[in-house]
Amino acid sequence: MNAKRWSLGIAVLALGALGAMALGAAPTPQAWFKTGTGMGVQKVRLALPDFGAAGATAQPLQQVFDKVLWDDLAYSGLIDMVSKSFYPIPSSWPSQPSQLQGQQQQWTQAPASAAMIAFGNMSVSGKTLSVSGWLEDLTNPAAPPMLSKIYTGAATAKGARLLAHEMADDIVELLSGGSPGIAETHIVYSHKTGNVAELWVMDYDGANKHQITHMRTEAITARWSPDAGEIAFTCFVPFRGVVSAQICLYSMAAHRVLYFPRFPGTNYAPDWSPNGRELAFSSSMRNDPEIWTINRDGTHPRQLTFTPRSVNTSPVWNPKTGKQIVFVSDRDGLPELFMMNSDGTNVVKIELPGMGYVVDPTWSPNAQLLAFSWRRVNGNYDLYLMDIATHQLLQLTRDAGRNERPSWAADGRHLVFQSDRTGEWEIWTMLADGSGLRQLTHHGKNFSPNWSWK
Amino acid sequence: MDSSSASSTKSRFFRKYGLIALVVAGTIAAGACQKKVTAKPAALPPAPAAAPAPPTVKLSASPNFINQGQQSTLSWTSENATKLDLEPGVGSVEAQGSTPVSPSQSTTYTITASGPGGNAVDTVRVTVSPAAAPQPTQESATIEELFARDVKDAFFDFNKADIRPDARVALTQDAAFLRSHPNVAVTIEGHCDERGSLEYNLGLGQRRADAAKNFLVALGISANRMTTMSWGKEHPFCTEHNETCWQENRRAHFVMAH
Repeated sequence: MNAKRWSLGIAVLALGALGAMALGAAPTPQAWFKTGTGMGVQKVRLALPDFGAAGATAQPLQQVFDKVLWDDLAYSGLIDMVSKSFYPIPSSWPSQPSQLQGQQQQWTQAPASAAMIAFGNMSVSGKTLSVSGWLEDLTNPAAPPMLSKIYTGAATAKGARLLAHEMADDIVELLSGGSPGIAETHIVYSHKTGNVAELWVMDYDGANKHQITHMRTEAITARWSPDAGEIAFTCFVPFRGVVSAQICLYSMAAHRVLYFPRFPGTNYAPDWSPNGRELAFSSSMRNDPEIWTINRDGTHPRQLTFTPRSVNTSPVWNPKTGKQIVFVSDRDGLPELFMMNSDGTNVVKIELPGMGYVVDPTWSPNAQLLAFSWRRVNGNYDLYLMDIATHQLLQLTRDAGRNERPSWAADGRHLVFQSDRTGEWEIWTMLADGSGLRQLTHHGKNFSPNWSWK
Repeated sequence: MDSSSASSTKSRFFRKYGLIALVVAGTIAAGACQKKVTAKPAALPPAPAAAPAPPTVKLSASPNFINQGQQSTLSWTSENATKLDLEPGVGSVEAQGSTPVSPSQSTTYTITASGPGGNAVDTVRVTVSPAAAPQPTQESATIEELFARDVKDAFFDFNKADIRPDARVALTQDAAFLRSHPNVAVTIEGHCDERGSLEYNLGLGQRRADAAKNFLVALGISANRMTTMSWGKEHPFCTEHNETCWQENRRAHFVMAH
């Protein structure tokens, strides 16, 4: 009886998992996905008429600003942008609140059917661009504007981009109930030429790509510190005369690689504890590659796993509590996911149906979901989400090359990853339901992305 | 080293035991799942039209390593295949059979089975030890030249860091070289093919380099003369996307250190 109930339980679990996978990136996400990502709720319909621009110097900046703001809001995963063809005639588009007075109905009625409107104007004075922006709730005309703010910055295209990102983040924060937007965040990644990979950084939308390391070696597996002030990565530098994988730290403020101790063997795949005071990494300094932690200042290395004749790597810290570490181990044959306490106790395998080859785990910011890359039997590397409490699965990519190394954005609604679907490894982002694919790099081999949370 | 070899026997036992447990659990789960399917067919998506069975194919070589000029016999069996192709140099073959081959250098043979249910591939490597080359006079060969000529890399199976019979031959030859050149130190680099993930391969490459080093230590070479490191899949020897190339990249590579 007991055995029967047990096998039925497994059957139900297996069916649940199959169901989740069959759904794939279907438009009707389940409850666990909605609570895990905050997606799947009704999106706000928002109108964004062109901003007003005073003078010939402001006009080209206004075009940059409008496009960036539109793209940021459309990609937030929270907002349904009302197409401009549904707007009232352009002469009635507001650029300040008085022009909206008594006109709200023009925007709320079909075909626009907007619930919110963002608008404003800008001017250039000397080298400064000044943007006045508002967000109003069209369904509540009596209420004061939800947002009324002056943004100032450099009167350059780059400056206009930054101000648009700032305003987008303000709007998203208001509409998401206080969770900040990600338009001002950055992505670090490796760009490879021959046998040299350097770290590059770009804006979250692929703009402003620039090289940060010049080590002429392999700089890979980069991870931002929680405050985005430093980047920990794997570098290949000499230890006792032999080049080997070591942990390197890069300071964004000092623009250089900081001192960090080196160890025998292969030392790599660092990840930050949520308080930024420790790193977890993989090291063969004592025997086969095991999970270790070490203080941020390089003191007090501690070995957490002890499984000879196997590889333990890719440790990722629970970003909310810091109390667990998920990692990859091939102790039972192929690489699979394991979870343990951050002192190395209570190691549990994360069972997946059919197993295969499971790598690149990454926690969502609220620590409810794991994203990872999974090559199932006879399959390709595809990205999956798993609800940690229930082990329910959602497949995010399919039939589009190899897809690896996912990394969450701070909003829990976006992922960056690498894919070779174009024939070359490039960096892509998407919404956490697999929709909204954006290719951010287009030239050369780009891989190993990581999204800053500040 | 000593304590780890004792515990490795233990871990092998547990690995074997654990694997059996995994297979049993998998079988139970699969059985239970099927039972559920028949009980509640409406809950499932419509069954696809009965798909033709996918072909399977198995290729082996006996012996796996030969001296130059000797023969090895390739044997294969297959199921559900309408066409079989054995490369390089053999071509189209029957559903099962065997053929003698005499490669002049180490060769990975690939058999491709195709049928209405899809394709299947299996490979086997025949390692060829070169016939003894005429010894150049000692005066004319530098130590670097001798190293390049006599020190051989060790090759590995996919996702494995175990020393294969052909790697045993290569490493035994390397040990002889290191014994007769006591001043030479080496760096052993672990390499992997492109199919694994970046971080997992860095660890696997380290295990391959360490496996080669430990084999040499067992043959009496001092551990102090050997340093290991891993490039993972980052510095491939060969960049094509096929098994021949992948095999070239799954190796412990010996570099002379001064």
